[in-house]
Amino acid sequence: MSFRATHELHRRRAGRNIGLALVLLAFIAIVFGLTVVKVTSGDPMQAFDHVPRPEMATDGTPAQGD
Amino acid sequence: MTDASINTHTLQPEASFGDYVALLKPRVMSLVVFTALVGLLAAPVGVHPMIGFASILFIAVGAGASGALNMWWDADIDAVMKRTAKRPVPAGKVEPGEALAIGVALSGFAVVMLALASNLVAAGLLAFTILFYAVVYTMWLKRWTPQNIVIGGAAGAFPPMIGWAVATGGIGLESVLMFLLIFMWTPPHFWALALFMNADYEKAGVPMLTVTHGRRVTRNHVLAYTVLLAPLAVGTAFTSIGGPVYLLTSVVLNALFLLGAWRIWRRDEEAAQADKYKVEKSFFGLSLLYLFLHFGAILMEAALRPYGLGGWG
Repeated sequence: MSFRATHELHRRRAGRNIGLALVLLAFIAIVFGLTVVKVTSGDPMQAFDHVPRPEMATDGTPAQGD
Repeated sequence: MTDASINTHTLQPEASFGDYVALLKPRVMSLVVFTALVGLLAAPVGVHPMIGFASILFIAVGAGASGALNMWWDADIDAVMKRTAKRPVPAGKVEPGEALAIGVALSGFAVVMLALASNLVAAGLLAFTILFYAVVYTMWLKRWTPQNIVIGGAAGAFPPMIGWAVATGGIGLESVLMFLLIFMWTPPHFWALALFMNADYEKAGVPMLTVTHGRRVTRNHVLAYTVLLAPLAVGTAFTSIGGPVYLLTSVVLNALFLLGAWRIWRRDEEAAQADKYKVEKSFFGLSLLYLFLHFGAILMEAALRPYGLGGWG
């Protein structure tokens, strides 16, 4: 008797775990990529959601890196 | 002791990763990705590729979530229809409660992430689409009225509007026209399918027009909607997303579509049964090509624009 995952059920569980791991890794990569793009695009924005807010520019020109 | 965990005799069959993917209706998702992408690229404002990619992904996740909610609610009728009996919930691979949990969780996730990645208008439209499909169509209209697919078709028509909103932050005439193109296309597309597939719907008790009002009325409806769709589809050529390529594509496709609808309308059930619904089946095949090529032409116009060739210049 061995404790190794030899049953078909274990293979399915392993597949599910690997699938979920890949999904989570992809999500991390996407959030990282989005953050880099939002922060470096230099639009006037507030940090809590990184959504550009043109109304924050006072003189009509986009403020850089506020 | 540990051996107990591999005793499957008393356990439900466990779902594989693929079963959870199937719960999100990947084929519907691929159509959503395509039309949302066209909406995004046809918009007059560009978006950063990373933001565009992430937004399309979250729109697809939202569409998948509404698919999971649909499978949770419709498991009883899916089980009696041949076409849908192998879906994860009726097949017993995924518990109904699990499908509900995944649907609700992914809906919230997709809407919040789309709001963060793009803007609140796009996220609001996505939230409305999910609610419309899961609640208005699946829970309410589908089992109640033969007009179910007409109004339910709106859910499938929203993705290009969401893509457009990702880029522009709003709604425009062009995005409404792209919505109407899918919205008006859905009834002839589905009713052509129902004409040669309605045994399934009858068995499940879904009020398809062919079941409630008969095939003659369905044939009339196919023609009526196709006649209404044609000027709308061709007219889109003269907006900012159209151009010569789109106009040519649209004129040819609508001529073929009108001809197909007229041939469906002209014949009766005896003639259809005699050649095993050949006309209906070819009209259904054409309808898939019709939508794909219209959006393909819009995409083509957008792709040609940077070279000064797209649109009416």
